[in-house]
Amino acid sequence: MSPLLIIEQTLNGLQFGVTLFLMAAGLTLVFGVMNLVNLAHGSMFMLGAYALVMFERLTGSFVLGLLCAIPATALVGVVIEVLVMRTLYRRDHLDQSLATIGLILLLNEGVRIVWGKLPLKAALPAAVSGSVEILPGVAYPVFRLVVIAVGVLVALAMWWLVTRTRIGMLVRAGASDREMIGMLGVDIKKLCTIVFGIGTALAGLAGMMAAPIIGVQSGMGDNVLILTLVVIVIGGAGSVRGAFIAALAVGLFDTFGRVLLPPAVASMVIYILMAAVLLWRPQGLFGQHA
Amino acid sequence: MIARTRRPELPLRLLVALAVMLLAFALLPLVAQWFGSPYFIRLGTRVMVFAIAAVSLDLILGYGGMVSFGHATYVGVAAYVVAILAHHGANEPLLLLGMSVPGTANAWIAWPAAILAASLIALVVGAISLRTTGIYFIMITLAFTQMVYFLFLSLQQYGADEGLRLANRSELLGLDLGNRVVMYYVTLVALVLVLFGGWKLVHSRFGMVLRGCQQNARRMEAIGFRSYRYKLAAFVIAGATAGLAGVLQVNNEAFVSTADLHWLRSADLLIMVILGGVGTLFGPVVGAVAWVLLELWLEGLTVHWHVILGPVLIFIVLFAKNGLWGLLLGRGDDRG
Repeated sequence: MSPLLIIEQTLNGLQFGVTLFLMAAGLTLVFGVMNLVNLAHGSMFMLGAYALVMFERLTGSFVLGLLCAIPATALVGVVIEVLVMRTLYRRDHLDQSLATIGLILLLNEGVRIVWGKLPLKAALPAAVSGSVEILPGVAYPVFRLVVIAVGVLVALAMWWLVTRTRIGMLVRAGASDREMIGMLGVDIKKLCTIVFGIGTALAGLAGMMAAPIIGVQSGMGDNVLILTLVVIVIGGAGSVRGAFIAALAVGLFDTFGRVLLPPAVASMVIYILMAAVLLWRPQGLFGQHA
Repeated sequence: MIARTRRPELPLRLLVALAVMLLAFALLPLVAQWFGSPYFIRLGTRVMVFAIAAVSLDLILGYGGMVSFGHATYVGVAAYVVAILAHHGANEPLLLLGMSVPGTANAWIAWPAAILAASLIALVVGAISLRTTGIYFIMITLAFTQMVYFLFLSLQQYGADEGLRLANRSELLGLDLGNRVVMYYVTLVALVLVLFGGWKLVHSRFGMVLRGCQQNARRMEAIGFRSYRYKLAAFVIAGATAGLAGVLQVNNEAFVSTADLHWLRSADLLIMVILGGVGTLFGPVVGAVAWVLLELWLEGLTVHWHVILGPVLIFIVLFAKNGLWGLLLGRGDDRG
């Protein structure tokens, strides 16, 4: 493997990794605070991508589309939280999984009705649609670098939000004892809605970042969901730091596996990674309890 | 010491319900022929295959508290093993570790091989995922399901995403499994045997220990039961039984594809168990019938039937707590 190829694949792996982090961060927060398994998180990824395409066409600009699509996805998340998720917090994990699968069926078919069966394309602005020479002789697509930058910025913002702000303090307190902070006068209902909205917006953002690369179609989030679950299992449920490290690891392992190994083995690499981590630490790298 | 194992007794109401169910299944091919819609015979076989898989899932879900989100894997893998062996039997021999192994359609070789393969995968997946509980268990079984799905998706020689046609139906006691009526009754016999075996298992000492582990694993450990071993054994038994379902499925449909391994298929099996009644053993049979018929009916209504199915599923999960079996027989200890 030439050094140039290594650099290129490392960047690809990082780009895939930060996309997984955007997904995993939201899901792990929702799990941490509400103890909710939301399998429809992949559908939020899909809705984000569709929202981007829709607003991009309305406004005629990728950036404006992005700025409209993020709050719009968060709003959808809030509505879903109030209508469906709220009734699920007290149910067991099996009920939560199956009910959210019901939501997946509904949303996947819903976008097919609204936007049709054919995949849509998100158009990139000229400034980021080309390639840039990152080293002499190595060209790399600008947009993928933008994705990496967005992912790192969001990771920093999440760290700041969780450790340095009042809402982050409530999230941490809520994760360790939700009933108790309710007793102390915190409006848990509102907190849950806010956390779910943030989680949805993050998943939507991941979808928006993936949209110009993989195309937009119904069910595009279903496979990403499973990878996100792998990330959370490796990182430890409820831990944003664990999600970040695990997401990058999964992104890099998967990318290099595909380059170096035969297809049958490459498709199994990250699951073997997950099994190995579980044999060593059943609760994940940064999990509190198994 | 645990109390003496409860003797399996069949209360009258349960007995009547089972007799009606058996009679309905036994008569279906005759009725279908009578009305000139033999299509329903293949459909009935399909439902019974799902029922076998759902009953095996209920063994670990309802009696062991294990929310396995990958049960379709064992069905699909067993189906693939039968199809792959038949494929090599009809074409070139299989090259395995440098050895040339001839394929076969002989049921006495292919079926045990398929069930063994399903059991081995269940053993590996169970051994790893049973180290955890709760949400981790759900996510890990889901992840392994996806792994097997992608593995078969990458196998170009076995059709990848286009699926694999069964070259020859299995040769079993000179029966013509290509005949839909014969296939139907073979599957019915298998379903009855699985239900009988499941009933025996649930009411055995092993079944009692398993239920004890579900209710309070720590207490079971304290009185000397290694709950991990019991759960793993149950997990493998359920995987093997699901393998039997796969063997029957591929013979019924003469085809297997990666769609049979998809995690949403595993979710279907869970829904059948929930719909029929978790921990009722016989309930999942009713659940399988109801879920397949519901899908069929909605499919006929509109192309976009998933838009209705999704909310119906949410409704079922939220409100059908005891399942259809509970509705039929009422709550109580006599549910099976």
